[in-house]
Amino acid sequence: MASGVKPRVKVPKSAAAGETVTIKSLISHKMESGQRKDKEGNLIPRSIINRFTVDFNGQSVLDMTMEAAISTNPYVQFEAIVPEAGDFVFTWYDDDGSVYDTKKSVKIA
Amino acid sequence: VTVLPFRVNAAADDQIAAFTGGADMADAGITLTAPEIAENGNTVPIAVDAPGAVSIMVLATGNPTPGVATFNFGPLAGAQAASTRIRLAGTQDVVAIAKLADGSFAKASATVKVTIGGCGG
Repeated sequence: MASGVKPRVKVPKSAAAGETVTIKSLISHKMESGQRKDKEGNLIPRSIINRFTVDFNGQSVLDMTMEAAISTNPYVQFEAIVPEAGDFVFTWYDDDGSVYDTKKSVKIA
Repeated sequence: VTVLPFRVNAAADDQIAAFTGGADMADAGITLTAPEIAENGNTVPIAVDAPGAVSIMVLATGNPTPGVATFNFGPLAGAQAASTRIRLAGTQDVVAIAKLADGSFAKASATVKVTIGGCGG
């Protein structure tokens, strides 16, 4: 795939040490389910993001397996603990082997 | 596509058995939030919350493939909870199963009425 894939995440810029913050993530991706047919009646092959991981300074927050029933432009909202200043790393794994990632830094207020 | 309902449910049961190893599931300890009626089956908001869970698996029992997602929570998860948007082929039960830290399992389900199915055809 790789065309028009754009990750977007919303993370607070700063937090108190040990605070739990809410993170919203969205990546634009068609998430072709493998169930649909084209005009000629041929099945359109599955092409989805099958895994989404979030780490903070190398420690896991969330590791999510996605299947065909996840909607187009997968959106995930969850909570994370910020023990110290550092970086959240968000990684999406595509069926075609592509890997998309983005990083967000958080300061301690 | 002609898939009989009991086959679909069997596939979901297989996935549940693979996740739990056939263990009993408690009815308490997990919350699944889903709309009663979804006008558009292409994007149905759901939320799961299971305090103390290691992982949560979500299944759409009436979809051609029942798997939806599995959330595995790490040490920095602020809550064993997440929300996302899913596709539902038609009116059906959505099931969420949590694996708790002590190795036990909890299950919740919700029936969602779908006006326009989300799997095309």
